[in-house]
Formats: sequence, structure tokens, C-alpha cells
Amino acid sequence: MKIHEYQAKDIFAAAGMSVPRGRVATTAAEARAIAEEIKGTVVVKAQVHVGGRGKAGGVKLARTPAEAEQHASAILGMDIKGLTVKKVLVAEAVEIASEAYVGVVMDRSIRRPVLIVSAAGGMDIEEVARRFPEKIVKLPLDPLLPFQAFQARRVAFAVYDTPGVIQQAADIIGRLVGVFWQHDCSLVEINPLVVTPGDKVLAVDAKINFDDNAAWRHPEWEQMRDPDSELPAEVEAKANDLSFVKLDGTIGCVVNGAGLAMATMDMVKRFGAEPANFLDIGGSSSPEKVMAAMRIILRDPSVRSILFNIFGGITRCDDVARGIVQAVKQLKPKVPIVVRLTGTNEREARVILEEIHLAVAPGMEAVVQQAIELARKAA
Amino acid sequence: MSILIDKTTRVVVQGITGRDGSFHTRQMIEYGTRVVAGVTPGKGGTTVEGVPVFDTMAEAVRRTGANASVIYVPPRFAVDALYEAADSGVKLVICITEGVPAADMLRVCRYYEVAGVRLVGPNCPGVISPGLCKAGIMPGAIHKKGSVGVVSRSGTLTYEVVHHLTKAGLGQSTCLGIGGDPIIGLRFVDALALFEHDRQTEAVVLIGEIGGNDEEIAAEYIQRQMTKPVVAFIAGRTAPPGKRMGHAGAIIAGGSGTAAEKIAAFRAAGVEVAESPAEIAEMVATELKNRAVRKRARIVEVTAPTKMAAAGRKGSLKRPEVKKTSTKVRGRVITKPKGKSVPKKKPARKRRS
Repeated sequence: MKIHEYQAKDIFAAAGMSVPRGRVATTAAEARAIAEEIKGTVVVKAQVHVGGRGKAGGVKLARTPAEAEQHASAILGMDIKGLTVKKVLVAEAVEIASEAYVGVVMDRSIRRPVLIVSAAGGMDIEEVARRFPEKIVKLPLDPLLPFQAFQARRVAFAVYDTPGVIQQAADIIGRLVGVFWQHDCSLVEINPLVVTPGDKVLAVDAKINFDDNAAWRHPEWEQMRDPDSELPAEVEAKANDLSFVKLDGTIGCVVNGAGLAMATMDMVKRFGAEPANFLDIGGSSSPEKVMAAMRIILRDPSVRSILFNIFGGITRCDDVARGIVQAVKQLKPKVPIVVRLTGTNEREARVILEEIHLAVAPGMEAVVQQAIELARKAA
Repeated sequence: MSILIDKTTRVVVQGITGRDGSFHTRQMIEYGTRVVAGVTPGKGGTTVEGVPVFDTMAEAVRRTGANASVIYVPPRFAVDALYEAADSGVKLVICITEGVPAADMLRVCRYYEVAGVRLVGPNCPGVISPGLCKAGIMPGAIHKKGSVGVVSRSGTLTYEVVHHLTKAGLGQSTCLGIGGDPIIGLRFVDALALFEHDRQTEAVVLIGEIGGNDEEIAAEYIQRQMTKPVVAFIAGRTAPPGKRMGHAGAIIAGGSGTAAEKIAAFRAAGVEVAESPAEIAEMVATELKNRAVRKRARIVEVTAPTKMAAAGRKGSLKRPEVKKTSTKVRGRVITKPKGKSVPKKKPARKRRS
């Protein structure tokens, strides 16, 4: 789960890390009020879940509250990489003597979180890794060892020279690692970590991604969710315990199992069509889930046919078939549907489906090809 | 011989009294798995499907000699179950649970390293050695005993592939799901190493997907260390970047972990990559046939020196009679002439395309 910069900064501040003063605004007038509060030069920053906001014109300096209002008015409503800006963060502008990058990232291949520090801050860290790998310091963290002060010092000394700065940097790095563990993050980043001309160290930008698998032990995450940055179909799917990702094609897919669902999408493309979605209905065969899946897919106007690819091992095919029949009777879909049900009770399932004249395919390749053919005829 | 589990495996089911635990215990027993114990704290002294239930793993292992555990416990309690299993004396733990927080898995995996216990999963369908033992939720009926090892990050996609293999008469030695999470126990390399040293396994099928670089690491291992043929399949060629595709570990992050990269890595390592689950079976059949040809060729080489030595001892260095083997491969007749040496260990894998 992604959160906005202003939310990440709140978490950093609560953890005792230095962040610039600022508040979030949803209107230009609010932005002006905040600028008046802060006094002096402020920066108006678009709050959207994508990088490259600055390049897109979503980050602007304002010397007066009037300018802040102007910039906010221009930035609010702006489209940045497909997302509409609904909030801006108005924060005190900070004078920058140097910028560094500090982050903690999950490294799957070594099964460790890795503390990454780079003196080349302000740039995209992946680009730095490509072009100046020698400027990056990496420290894998042993998950059974509580983060030690010497580890923070080690990376701080690698980047800075001034004693006061090193001490502040080590402190903020230690707290950053603490945030990573306490808040079940998959990633935390400060880019840039700024040293001011007065040798003050603070986090001028903040990024935090939460591990969705830990949501059950973080009730506070629910109110941090931004409904504007998620597709309504995907939100509805999650509420019904379905995994769903909207794509651009015409063939709707309902599959049990994420790997099989991906392979089904791939097969649709291989046979010359485009999948309309990824949908994993999971291991359960409940009629409610089948209905929810159909409802979500049918709302997509570009869908011209729907395929079901179910390999029922423990899942009983006749249960799924009953769910499909129920959904069809209630939702009365206008698009053709073809079903592949292989596994436990598949014969009974076929009988149930034939009663409502649903096309039944003998295998995975067949169901994909038939769905594509039906979509072509419907066009 | 199979890997990880066989007829000697004595399984303890953690979460045996739960809905999933009890259902799958019955399925495992019906398959022929020796389920010797179950654990649900507070339900010790009862039985489920005739299996004695204990309050703790320590007691279960001590009283029944269980040597492997399968965990059917919801995410909230799974971490505790994982630690308890590592501490109990079992040497193999298979965790079916989906939804374990990654931070917990970082710690658990580290602890398992320290404890010297093997972990499969989490978020996996389990392990099956057809005809011998099933420790998981996969449908036993689609499997058949044979010599193809299968290792996969997926559940139902694995069943689809196994379905095709069995239909083609290609039975499986062991099928294991390593799970769809980003932080897991056994990884592709670990499974490949086990298959390489398993006498029953002659070829391996690897089913990967987007996310991470486990497949790339596997490709390198195959090229450097494996003599047995591997056929790969990667799901998620059409997955958009930055989106979690069902599995927590199936995400193209920061532009890396794409299917294209993984496929390229395998091809560069000389591994065949199938375009569809059905094609996997065809490719495996071809690889096994080619391997049989190479095996026969090696037998000839081994015969020759022995005869020469014998001739030397007898005092007459007569030219030994070397049988020529002639086989048809892809329409061409190949004859292995006498004295021609066939390298015992394959050097760099040649690119087959």
C-alpha cells in the first residue's frame, strides 16, 4: 500500500525525525493560509503516488502566500502520469547545501532488508545504481539483530565529514530503520536527505510503502488509504476478496490461482487478443465471489467475451458451475461466456452449465481460443 | 527416491482442528501420507480423522517421531507456528498459509537458517512425491509417479502443467510449490540442487513468474552446475509494471523482475522456455529422449577401456571390440565410433534454439 509524502512525513515526525514544517491543502485558499502560517518561502508539492512530480511541474517554490495560492491552483487538478492531483503539501522551503539518498529496501534474493545510502541524492536511485554504482553504500540488516548505533554511524561516515552532521545523519538513519520495522514497510525512502548551509539535517522528501500482508495488524492504515488513487473496480474486488487488475483488452478473464491467471492472460495475447483484466478468484468456489467477479468485469464496456479458466483441485467444479449459473441468471450478461472447468466433479459441472446453454471448453487453450472467437463475432 | 518427502516421512499437521487443517488431513491420509500427529493448542487429547492431537509441537514430535510438519494456520498465528515447528525437532516444515507479513518472514527464514531446518513456503500448495507422500493441498489424482521434478511458485498453474505431463505419460518424482511470496524458505536454486542429486529425477520443470530475481539466479546455477535438463515456463508476460498480480511476490518493481528478463536469462543459460503449459510436456519428452541417446553413447565409452586393460593383462594388446551404437535422432542416424570419447561432465551448456 502506498501513502502520500505528507503522510510519510507525519510518520517520520512522530518517530523523532527532522522534517520541514508543513501541512496538506485541498484548495488554493487553504494553501495560502498555510503559507501565511509558515511565513517565508514555501514549496507547494503535488501529492500523488508517483515519482517525477517535479519534472511534471507539480513542485513549485512560492515566495509569498499569494504565489502559493497561484501555484496550488495550477497544481490542483493537474494530471501527473495518469493521476489527478487532489492534494498539495505546503511546506517551508529549505536551503540546500547537499543532498543524499537514504532508504531501506527489501532485498528478496538475500532475504534481508538493505540500508542504502548514497551521496548522490535528489536523483532517481536506480539511475545512480546504473551510472554511479560506486556512490552507493549498502548495508544488509540481519533481521535477528536490533539495529545498532555503530551501523548508523558506519553509513553516516561514508557520506559526510562534519561531526555535527554525521551525528544528526546517524540519528535520523537509525530512526528510519526503526520506522521500517515498526510499521511493516516494504520500503522507506528519504530522497533527498538535506544538509542546510547551517549544518542542519532533515528529510525533505519522504516515501513509505506498507506491506499489504500486514494490514490486519495496522488498523490505522485504513484511514490513510487514498480512494482517488485506486480504481473503483480494484477497490470493489478487494472488498470481495478477489485479486483484480484492470487492463485494456476485450477478453474478460476469471481464473482460480494467480499464476494460472497470469498464464491465461499471456495465452490470450499469444492467440492475438488482449486481456481485459487479471482476476484471481482464489480457492473458494462460493457463488457470491463468482457473482462479484462477473459484476466487476461486466461493468467494463470494452469487454466482448468472458472466459472462466478453473482448475479445480480441492475446489469443486460443480460448486463453481452453480455460482456461474446463479450469476448469469441474476446479471443477465450481454456478452458471450465460455467456461473451462477441469477437476473434481467436472462432469456434473458440465451438465449444470449446459442447462443454460453456456459454452464449455475442454481445456485451457480451447477456452482462450473460443473466447477470442466469440469476441471477434460480437464485434 | 524423490526429494524432501517419501514413504518414511511422518507428518504432523499444525492447525489440524481448523477447517482447512482437518479437511486436508483427510485428503493426505487418503493419498497414503503417514499423518502421525496434529497440533492445536488446547485440543490435546482429541483426535481428528483418527490422528492424535497434541497441545504442543514438542510433545507431538516426542510422542510420535514426526519428522515433517505442514502448517494450515491463519496468518495471525502462522509465525508462532513456524517458530514452534523450527524448535520442535522436525527437519522439514511446509507452510501453506497465505498472508504472512514479510517482516516476519525475514526473521523466520533467518531463524530457520540458524536452526538448520528446511522451510517450504509460505503461501504454497505444498510438496508431493507421487505414489509416496503428499504434504499439501494439491489434488493427488492428477499426479503420476515418474522421473520429472517440478518446482513452481504457483498453485493451480502447477496443476495445469502436471495435468499435461501426466497425460503425456511423464510421471513426476516430486512436485513442490515454493510459494508466491517475496520472502520464502526454499528457493529455486535449492530445489534444483536437490533434484540434481536425486537419482529418481531425470529432468526438471521450473515454473516461474514475474517479480524478484530467483529465476535469474536459478538460470546461472543451471548453466554452471546442473547436468540434468530443465524446461522453464514464466507466467506474467502481459503483466503491467508496478501492480501486484495476486501473489505478494508477483510484482514488477522499479522496472525489474519482468518475464522477458527471466526468459532471456534462461535462454542464455541454454534452458528451453516453453510458450504454454502444454508445450512444457512436449519439451520435456524431447529432452528425456535426447538424454537417453547421450546415456547410451556413454555406455560404449565405458566398455572400451575395460577391455583394453584386460587385453593388456593377458599380454596380447589386441584391439578391443567396441560395439557401435546406432540411433536415430531427429531423422539423422548417429553412430558412436570406437574410441571416441564422450565427456563425462558437460562443459558449458550449448545454446539450443
